Amino acid sequence: MKVQSADFINRSAKAIGDEQLQRALGNVRKGFIGKRAKAAAALPEFEAIRDEAVGIKNHVLNHLDVYLERFEANVKAAGGHVHWARDDAEARAIILELCRKENARTVTKGKSMLTEEIELNAHLEAHGIETVETDLGEYIIQLRGESPSHIIAPAVHLNRDQVEADFRRVHSHLAEERALETPESLLGEAREVLRRRYFDADVGITGANFLVAETGSSVIVTNEGNGDLTQTLPRVHIALASIEKIVPTMEDLSTILRLLARSATGQEMSVYTTISTGPRRADDQDGPEEYHIVLLDNGRSALLGTEFQEVLRCIRCGACMNHCPVFHAVGGHAYGAVYPGPIGAVITPALAGIEKAGHLPNASTFCGRCESVCPMRIPLPKLMRRWRDKEYEKGLQPATMRRGISLWAFAAQHPRVYRFGTKYAAALLSRLGGARRRIARLPFASGWTGARDLPAPEGQTFMQAYAAAKKADRS
Amino acid sequence: MFRRLAGEEAIFQDSNSTPPTVGLFVTCLVDLFRPAVGFASIKLLEEAGCQIEVPDTQTCCGQPAFNAGHREEAVTIARQVIAAFEPFDYVVAPSGSCAATIRRHYPELLADDPKWSSRAEAVASKTYELTSFLTDVRSLAGVKVELPEKTIAIYHDSCSGLRELGVKTQPRSLLGTIENLELKEMEEPEVCCGFGGTFCTKYPAISEVIVSAKTKDIDATGADLLLAGDMGCLMNMAGRLRREGRRTEVRHVVEILSGMTEAPPIAGRQEDQS
Ligand code: SF4
Repeated sequence: MKVQSADFINRSAKAIGDEQLQRALGNVRKGFIGKRAKAAAALPEFEAIRDEAVGIKNHVLNHLDVYLERFEANVKAAGGHVHWARDDAEARAIILELCRKENARTVTKGKSMLTEEIELNAHLEAHGIETVETDLGEYIIQLRGESPSHIIAPAVHLNRDQVEADFRRVHSHLAEERALETPESLLGEAREVLRRRYFDADVGITGANFLVAETGSSVIVTNEGNGDLTQTLPRVHIALASIEKIVPTMEDLSTILRLLARSATGQEMSVYTTISTGPRRADDQDGPEEYHIVLLDNGRSALLGTEFQEVLRCIRCGACMNHCPVFHAVGGHAYGAVYPGPIGAVITPALAGIEKAGHLPNASTFCGRCESVCPMRIPLPKLMRRWRDKEYEKGLQPATMRRGISLWAFAAQHPRVYRFGTKYAAALLSRLGGARRRIARLPFASGWTGARDLPAPEGQTFMQAYAAAKKADRS
Repeated sequence: MFRRLAGEEAIFQDSNSTPPTVGLFVTCLVDLFRPAVGFASIKLLEEAGCQIEVPDTQTCCGQPAFNAGHREEAVTIARQVIAAFEPFDYVVAPSGSCAATIRRHYPELLADDPKWSSRAEAVASKTYELTSFLTDVRSLAGVKVELPEKTIAIYHDSCSGLRELGVKTQPRSLLGTIENLELKEMEEPEVCCGFGGTFCTKYPAISEVIVSAKTKDIDATGADLLLAGDMGCLMNMAGRLRREGRRTEVRHVVEILSGMTEAPPIAGRQEDQS
């Protein structure tokens, strides 16, 4: 997995300076939040379903081996194949091998963050296999050579004009004067181009939102129907899923599905929910002749039984990033990792190491809104704080920050030292504030005064003033 | 000063019951930057029939260390706070953030410490943010305060108070009883102001984007007065409003609830005239 999070400060500065991006991010803020709130409010038992879903997922994670084995047995019983991949390299090799056996020249792909995680497209292309993204957003960023900036809305950082320009550039075989002014016309054009590609494909690769142990099924939810076409038209369907996507039963699946779209886009359900169990049977109208599931670990099983296990409940709805003030300010690409936002801040260090992802769990105000909207009640701020603990233990924090906090903490543990310090700080800062009682520049707090004044203290600390008042009272 | 409204009579007029003791957790930012908030808190709590003490071994709740991964130091500070505040019936702070640290995070910090975990739980369960203590525990339904002129106020929901302690209606219901004060809402009162403790100095550029969105929202309401329950957020928003040259007055909510507005505002018109 490519991680460029060490460069977070520069990447975020660039994002902040990008006016077009800032406008696009305004839409995330305006669009998703209200829709989710409305959808949640319209379902009285929403909170109860959240609790139930958390229970289901906790249960599975505590017995993951059992459910994975059951899943594997049921896939086989339905005529499919299961492949286990420990890491991204193994997953890439398995998928390439399957494509080669099929002599595949072109594969279609439904949107899958996991294929981003293992950088599958580049690998297949390097081996002469063309990959065609069929999700509209994913298709757009593929045209642009970019990566998704959001886990459910990969092209949310772009505006319509940019997409129109890309389409006119790439679809050069189409008439110059065709209208591409509305989102619908853009969608129509992408559909038309993609429609032909579906039939070229030898292999269809999708992700899986869920795996159902009792039936051996993989489940994808989309709003465009592209997932269905990707997996039913080619001769071979490969579904790539990480091991924690498992749920025990269809009943459990339906419980969690009630949360997913509501949390993500504010819909009651996604437009398409497709459940695949094995390859086509003799009397089936359509479907692939071969059905393969690649089960990827890539560091996840190492989280089981640790303080980070809860993150494996994530159903990738994106609600946490939709409600995150930092995501609103810098967008998904600034994080320099496959998964942006609060979930990315927790999972990226888990998958790539805290050494590489140190900024991410720090770049949070701990406002807690992510946790409050997470359908799976993942305590994201707490887990980010856990990563900060690890950073501290490993001595990875910047030295000035580490020393500053240590000094503060030392004083806080010694009330008399503390009183002495605050007394002089209050007096000094108050004097610096002058008659206007504000400090516009403070060398050792330039982070603060770069963008705002520092309101000056009154002059005495509360503790001083209180002690004086009490003394006056007594006399 | 207080209107004793129906329902709380029993609490305040029952002469047999001894007044509850409250340990005031002053918070480090109030101590250093805004003593007026400490005095306003005492006044409000006294008016609500409590007996106040201010333990002088208190310093800070330890949140900076806790959030920076300095766990051991956070644990030591937590124990110190617990020991200082154990003797009281209640612990009250004019801050949702510090109250939440004690109430939500101390038990977690000390969970594996057999000697301290129950003590942490006990102090946590009697710790409150001030406006929620007044309404939820003391059943106060209003304050008898009158502003000198008609004032439009808005209230910013500080993140920790709102999401960790459920403080939302409490300050608003009290503010609603102040004469001459009209309470309006921002478009997004629940959005973080971008302070985030050390976040604002670690990532100043991002913090600036967030606080600027907030000041825009504040300005759009046309309110005269911005209130909140946490000094960190208040200083952040006040600092930005000043830098932008805006004239909205900024105060901690307890200053207005107690009627103690002698101190110049944290930011705003009065300060510019001086
Ligand atoms: S962490 Fe929660 S809110 Fe974020 S994507 Fe996962 S399930 Fe959704």
